Amino acid sequence: MSIDLKTIKHISKLARISVDEQRAEKLAGDLNSIFDFIEKLNELKTDNVEPLTSIAETTLKLRSDEVKSKNIREQIIKNSPQDNEDYFVVPKVIE
Amino acid sequence: MSDITKQSLTELIENIKNKKLSSTDVTKAFIDRSEKSKELNAYITNDFTSALDKAKKFDQKPNFNLKLPGIPMAVKDLFCTKNIKTTAGSKILNNFVPTYESTVTENIWNEGAILLGKLNCDEFAMGSSNETSFFGNVQSPIDKNLVPGGSSGGSASAVAGKLTPVTIGTDTGGSIRQPASFTGIVGLKPTYGSCSRYGIVAFASSLDQAGPMAQNVKDCALLHEVISSYDPKDSTSIEFKRNHYSKELTNNIKGKKIGIPKEYRVDGMPKEIEDLWQKGIQYIKDCGAETIDISLPNTSYALPTYYIVAPAEASSNLARYDGVKYGFRAKGENLIDMYEKTRSEGFGAEVQRRIMIGTYVLSSGYYDAYYLKAQKVRKLIKNDFDEAYKKVDAILTPSTPSSAFKIGEKTNDPVSMYLNDIFTVPVNLAGLPGISIPAGHDSKGYPLGLQIIGKAFDEQNILNIAYAMEEKINFKNKITDWWIK
Repeated sequence: MSIDLKTIKHISKLARISVDEQRAEKLAGDLNSIFDFIEKLNELKTDNVEPLTSIAETTLKLRSDEVKSKNIREQIIKNSPQDNEDYFVVPKVIE
Repeated sequence: MSDITKQSLTELIENIKNKKLSSTDVTKAFIDRSEKSKELNAYITNDFTSALDKAKKFDQKPNFNLKLPGIPMAVKDLFCTKNIKTTAGSKILNNFVPTYESTVTENIWNEGAILLGKLNCDEFAMGSSNETSFFGNVQSPIDKNLVPGGSSGGSASAVAGKLTPVTIGTDTGGSIRQPASFTGIVGLKPTYGSCSRYGIVAFASSLDQAGPMAQNVKDCALLHEVISSYDPKDSTSIEFKRNHYSKELTNNIKGKKIGIPKEYRVDGMPKEIEDLWQKGIQYIKDCGAETIDISLPNTSYALPTYYIVAPAEASSNLARYDGVKYGFRAKGENLIDMYEKTRSEGFGAEVQRRIMIGTYVLSSGYYDAYYLKAQKVRKLIKNDFDEAYKKVDAILTPSTPSSAFKIGEKTNDPVSMYLNDIFTVPVNLAGLPGISIPAGHDSKGYPLGLQIIGKAFDEQNILNIAYAMEEKINFKNKITDWWIK
C-alpha cells in the first residue's frame, strides 16, 4: 500500500491541519514507513475475534445532572485567544 | 544541611516528622538545586516563590499526620494545575491556565505536598526521548547530550538529578517506565482505572495512566498510595479495594511464580540486555520465588496495534485544539483557514504525524481495515496475558531493548523511535500494571531497567517483587552532577 500526495492532502483537510507541498512529501514518506510497519497485523486471522472496545470492564455509572462549578465564566473566557468580554470570538462566518 | 536533596522521600518525611528538618529547609534545598540545574531543562514553569510561602505556612502550623507533610514536589506538565500554566509541552497550550486541578495532583496537595513547578515532557506525551517538546530537549543527568527518555523525560531527569524527591508522570505506551529505565530510577504504570484521568491532558484515553516515579520502591509505593483513588469525575475510574501500598510492602516473595516470556527475546537485542534479564531471573530465584517459561504469542503485534489505537484516539482528543476557546490562535482568512493554520503552526511535527495517522485509520473506507483490526488484535494480546496469569503471579522482562541514546540519534526515523517501547506497550494495551526498576549498567555506564508486569489491580504484588529484587540488586546510580558549574 502506498499513501500518495493526494491522500495526504485529503487527510490534512479532514484533520484541519494545513500542509504545504514540502511538508506533504515528508509526511507521505513518514506515513508510508509507519504503515509498512503496521501492515504486519494482516498476518493475523481475526475473523472470529471480538474487538476490545474498553479495557475497564465496568458499566457507566449514572449521576444526577447538577451544576458543580459556578461563576467561572470570566476565568474561562480569560483563556480565550481573542480579547472579548462575554463571548468567544471567531472570524466572520456569515456574509 | 547540604545533603538534603540526596535523601529519599521516606527519609525526608522522617526528618520532617522528627523536626530535624523543616519543610522550608527541604523546599529551599530542592529550589536551590533546581536553580543550579537549568542546563537539564527539566522545568517548563517553576513556582518557587509560592512554594517557599507554602512551606513557611506549613512550618507555622505543621500537620504530621499527612502522608507527604511539607514535601516539595514538581510534576509533569500534563497535569492541570489550577491557576498555574499547563502546556503539555506544546506551543498550542503555551498560554493555557487551567481553572481546575487534576484529581491526582489534588490528592498529592491534600496530603501536604507543595508544588515546585511543572516538568518538561514530549509534546502531548507523544515521544520516547523528550525531543518533541516545544520547550526544547531535556538533558539526562546520567550524561551530557543523552536523552532522559520520554515522554516523562523532565520528570525522570528531575528525580534522577535530585531536583525533586519524587514525581508523577503519565504512561500511554511506556512514558513512565522507559524514562525511569534510562535514568536509573523506579517508575510505576498502574492498572488502567487505578488513578483518575480527570484533569490530565488527554492523549489516548483507553491507554493513559498517571503513576509515580521515585528513587526507590518504597517511595514509589507511598506516592502510589496517595495518587490512586476512585473518582466519579473520570468515567473509567474503577472502584476496588486500594491497599496501603507502602505499609503492606514486604520483601517476602517466597513461592511466587514469575513468568519469563520467550517472545521478549527480540531480534537484534543487545547481549547486555539479555545478560541483565538473566541476572534478574537469578535475583528472583535468590529471593525464593520460582521462574516459569511462558509464551505471550502475540507480542510482536503489540507495537503495530498501538500505532493504530493511540493515534486514532489522539486525533479525536486533539480535535478540541481549534484556536477558539483557549490556547494558541493563528490568523486566518476565514474560520476554516484559522483552524487549519492554528493547528499547523500550533502542533509540532510528531503530533501532526500522529493526528494524520489517526485521522487516516478512522476515515471512511479504512476504519475496518485498520481500527477494527487493531481492536481485535488488542483483544488477542489481552487474552495472552489472561492465559499466562493462570500459571504465574507476575511477569519479568527487560524494560527497554537498549540503554539511553544520544540526543538527535533517532529523530529522523519515527519507526526506530517507536521500537523503544516494544516491551512496555503490551502492558498498556492490556490495561495492566507494570513497574520498571534499575537493575544494572551497560558498558558505557548507562542504567538499564527490568520490568515486572502484574495482574490487574495487583500493584501490591509487583511492588513487593520489585522491593525484594531491589535489595538484591543494590543498584547505585552514577550521577556526576556534570551540569552543575
